[in-house]
Amino acid sequence: MSAPDEAANSSLASATALRRFAPLLLLAAVLAVLCVLGFELKPYHRELAIVFFINVIMVTSYRLITTTGDWSFAHVVLMGAGSYGAALIAKHAGLPFGVVVPMAGITAAIVGAAFIIPLLRTAGFGFFIASFAMGELVRLIWVKVQFPFGGTRGIINIPSPEIVGLRLSPPVPFYFTCFIVMLAAVFIMWRLDKSRIGNAWKSIHSDDLLAECVGIDVARYRSLAFITGAFFAGIAGALLAYRMGSIDPRNFDLTTMIYLIIWVVVGGTATFWGPIVGLVVVTIAFEWSRPLLEWRPLMFGAVLIFFLIFLPGGLESLFPKVGSALRTPPGQQFQRLRTWFTTFASRT
Amino acid sequence: MDTVTLIQTLLNSVVASSIYALVAVGLALAFGVMKMANFAHGEFFMVGAYCVYVLYALVGLPFPLAVILAIPIVALFGLVAERLIFRPTRKNILAGFMATAGLAFILQVLAGQIWGVGIAKSIPTPYMGAADVGDATIGWQRLIVIPCAFAMLLALRFFLYRVKLGKALRACAQDPEIAALQGIRTNRMTALAMALAGASAGLAGALMAPIHSVTPYMGHGVILIAFVVVIVGGMASIEGAILAAVILGFIHTFVTTVTDNLIATMVGVGFMALTLIVRPQGLLGRERA
Repeated sequence: MSAPDEAANSSLASATALRRFAPLLLLAAVLAVLCVLGFELKPYHRELAIVFFINVIMVTSYRLITTTGDWSFAHVVLMGAGSYGAALIAKHAGLPFGVVVPMAGITAAIVGAAFIIPLLRTAGFGFFIASFAMGELVRLIWVKVQFPFGGTRGIINIPSPEIVGLRLSPPVPFYFTCFIVMLAAVFIMWRLDKSRIGNAWKSIHSDDLLAECVGIDVARYRSLAFITGAFFAGIAGALLAYRMGSIDPRNFDLTTMIYLIIWVVVGGTATFWGPIVGLVVVTIAFEWSRPLLEWRPLMFGAVLIFFLIFLPGGLESLFPKVGSALRTPPGQQFQRLRTWFTTFASRT
Repeated sequence: MDTVTLIQTLLNSVVASSIYALVAVGLALAFGVMKMANFAHGEFFMVGAYCVYVLYALVGLPFPLAVILAIPIVALFGLVAERLIFRPTRKNILAGFMATAGLAFILQVLAGQIWGVGIAKSIPTPYMGAADVGDATIGWQRLIVIPCAFAMLLALRFFLYRVKLGKALRACAQDPEIAALQGIRTNRMTALAMALAGASAGLAGALMAPIHSVTPYMGHGVILIAFVVVIVGGMASIEGAILAAVILGFIHTFVTTVTDNLIATMVGVGFMALTLIVRPQGLLGRERA
């Protein structure tokens, strides 16, 4: 083999290696930055980051349910079930943080299991509407029942989190607690997404009759997805309850649910990372729009409509386009732009 | 419960049923034709109530005229929603629905910014006094809801079963492709369905304006009940929606009288869950929700 060939081979190998490890490197870089930020951020931004981690668990678990094609409108209420579960267990049983968080997840999973019994009879719109009604039912119970849920005032004085005598409530330790819980939850859901179970969920979305024909128990897998999603929503809810120290039914109302949908729609649900991208972008936009507080729902309502009509795949559907644009040389790009422009001009 | 309360509650149940029927019929009709539900339907109800607030309480038009004007105004909202949201998202059935959740946000903020968020708008009662039925009394303002709702529902029925355009609408609900083959323009039918849905929701909101507290967020409670009614009745069935409206109107009013409004709503949703388990297609529906 001649020398130029070898050089070409090795450069090719390094290019494939780069492509292979680039996502990993990127992930490692993001994690490293988040670790440093945990110490460096100003208090306000650290609080934002904590809420962001909780919301990452929310969008990822929501996307897990949508892989079966079921768009639930009860996810925020299931998060609330976790919050109420955590608050009650921590307050009345006095159990430590490490026990309360999984138990909150299980509480939400049990509520989710009760929800899915009637919801399994519906699909598409029926699922959306019926899950909304079921969620409202639970929320009204919180509003109505004084003991143990505290009615409209909710539950106050939730004990601060502790692990083996280590106080987690100061901002920096709590930042890292949420960070680690978020990483663990996202990792488990990522493994689930790539596993046989995840494939079964996706097959139900693409064609439920065909999935049933090849032996997938559609009802069981839909329930499994919903209950798993509910479990992780419950974990997120427990973190939220610990962070705020008090919870009330308004934390889990319809507005929060619609924002969850906006995050997911802006990002897109086809890939695992899409919803997280959407969450990052919308969170930043949300902070920028702070001066326009009263107009905010209108703006984000318009964003939701815009994305659903003009970019139904979400931001993630732009990645391949951006990638191909980066790979084509600038001269060709200019050519392409000119063709596009002339066709556009001739059309109008 | 003594006889007086019983008669009173029965009358209130009929009033509640009429309003539920008006709101739910629009949803069922639009769902039948487009296979899409409108999440902003409750906000259409709210816009209807605000029409009466502006035209009757602020401008000073007579109440009946304000109510009648509210119908085409909200129907126009329905038309615009169809053109700008449902038609572009027709290929993706969930997208249209979620986009109307955004529309609900937009309408709430607009109503709040134009007329204020704070206290509920007070609308002077146009028809004072009360009618005596047996020993019970019921305000005229509530009683007039019943004939108005009946008139609207009968007109709708006449339109759907006797008028050519209405028959085309039903054909489109049964099978859009076959209907298109007969020369029916599907786009016009979806627009018509949304206009009718807006009209009936607007009428309901306008009639309830003096009774209900008028706030930008009043649509939320309405949409919950409307969804429950539509699911219980069978998603696309208009007759089912009316039947379910009557059943839930009675359940809701009686439970409210015995306990309170919150528990009544819970019982309603519980009834929906039970219906889904026992009869997933709804009372009169043909296909599953």
